[in-house]
Amino acid sequence: MKIADKDTKAVDLVRAALEKAHEFEDYHCFISMNEARALEKAREIDEKIARGEKVGKLAGVPFALKDNYLSREGVTTAAAKMLDNFPSPITATAVAKLEEEGAIMIGRANMDAYAHGSSTENSYFGPTLNAADRERVAGGSSGGSAVAVALKIVPFALGSDTGGSIRQPASFNGVYGIKPTYGAVSRYGVVAMASSTDTMGCFATTAEDVDLVMKIIAGRDEKDSTTLDDYWTQELGEIEAPKKKIGLIRDCLGEGTDKEVIKATRDYAQKLEAAGYEVEDIEMPILKYGLAIYYIVQPAEVASNLSRYDGVRYGFRSNDANDLAEVYSKSRDEGFMAENKRRILIGNFVLSSGFFDAYYLKAQKARTLLILAYNEQFVKYDALLCPVAPSPAFKLGEKTGDPLKMYLEDVMSVPPSMAGLPALAVPAGKTEANLPIGVQLIGQRRSDQLLLKIAKDVEEIQ
Amino acid sequence: MAITSDDVRHLAELSNLSVTEEEIEPLKKDLGAIVEYISQLDELNTEGVEPTYQCFEMENVWREDEITEFEAKRKDLLNLAPESTDNQIKVPKVL
Repeated sequence: MKIADKDTKAVDLVRAALEKAHEFEDYHCFISMNEARALEKAREIDEKIARGEKVGKLAGVPFALKDNYLSREGVTTAAAKMLDNFPSPITATAVAKLEEEGAIMIGRANMDAYAHGSSTENSYFGPTLNAADRERVAGGSSGGSAVAVALKIVPFALGSDTGGSIRQPASFNGVYGIKPTYGAVSRYGVVAMASSTDTMGCFATTAEDVDLVMKIIAGRDEKDSTTLDDYWTQELGEIEAPKKKIGLIRDCLGEGTDKEVIKATRDYAQKLEAAGYEVEDIEMPILKYGLAIYYIVQPAEVASNLSRYDGVRYGFRSNDANDLAEVYSKSRDEGFMAENKRRILIGNFVLSSGFFDAYYLKAQKARTLLILAYNEQFVKYDALLCPVAPSPAFKLGEKTGDPLKMYLEDVMSVPPSMAGLPALAVPAGKTEANLPIGVQLIGQRRSDQLLLKIAKDVEEIQ
Repeated sequence: MAITSDDVRHLAELSNLSVTEEEIEPLKKDLGAIVEYISQLDELNTEGVEPTYQCFEMENVWREDEITEFEAKRKDLLNLAPESTDNQIKVPKVL
């Protein structure tokens, strides 16, 4: 990516991004723009450079920010009516770290409300269109971020991934997207979805660019006690895969997976071989339960996290409430979207007495079995390969009437989330109709940079 | 298991959501389908398996109980409330 220096002005980088954002306005990547402040910050950086002062590693680089990250610049909405006008009094750690390095947020990217969705159609502000085909969905929930990078409006964008929300839109739009190891990046200042699987990551167009951004935002943060120590420290060039072996998960290439997606995955396996990796087919029968585990644990955590929206301290309050009880229940009924409500209700179902053992506890036990199944594979393989999603981008409106059909979109992306593993979505060609297809590399905890190195090795033989 | 209209009403009450009568039918159908899907976990034998509630290596993280500076100001936090007066958040009468 281009970084401001003596010859490249930050103002020009930011202005070019803003112009492109306007040119592609009908794709609806952004909920709000940060135009004036972005240009002001760019001018400050140019002045610093002119004075010979030190500037950050991402000086003048414009980026798009998924609208569930809080920042004191502008308002955060999480694409929800409930937070329609929230002037955040704090800034998320990841955003603060990027800004310290001189990166400039040009706008807030569209998403499914509260990150509930796989298409960005659940946004209170309307859907984002796919970068390759405007009749199709952007994927989600970080759809706006993915499309902004795919259209080259910005060189990178931040997203969040709880069960596929970075990887699936990356796959649908033909860009890189990383869901890091759980705990790699601070969750401080990001609107919570499911706290035990929420991860903060980014979109970019090369493995090196992903690494550059993640190196900055990853690391220990005392404001999020689940953050890991600072392990994201290597240069990709220095990394050597210890086993040079990749497991291709055959369970994801069967019935229910689009033929062109299967072919793209097999083709990517061949490229891995050309780059010096041995690829073997493996089977992980437990994966077929991954989605069921996720759609118990995630709604349970969603129901708990969204209980704080009560119309009292912040967010939307119903105009129609006559007493305190109605403030709660009417604000929540009017402020949440249909999908938010479904997840809250399912969450409270699996947590309610009488059903807790059969669903919630059962799912957390199954989660242990899933983690053990992955660990077994990592004894033999550096990483596992499978598609990100069973099909390329679907048509707008195609799945909105059937929530379960939409959930099935996540069938391949949720298992690594439930195990806290890093997973990298890599562009892997296109269908005959020119729709991008993505595959994912899944690794052990803290092996994020190894996944990027493997992807870079493949990039280099292409 | 099937989800009934009364189940939806009960869950809505637990969730503090005042769902309208028109919302009940579609919710009954959607929640029923989701519950049927997640019930497939019944097939999996989890006897003797410990549950995993979070997948990171730490246990408790301790810190000193000290007052530190918080980046947000009181005024800004109060401004977020739909209604406030005299440094307090205001709600309609409780009783």
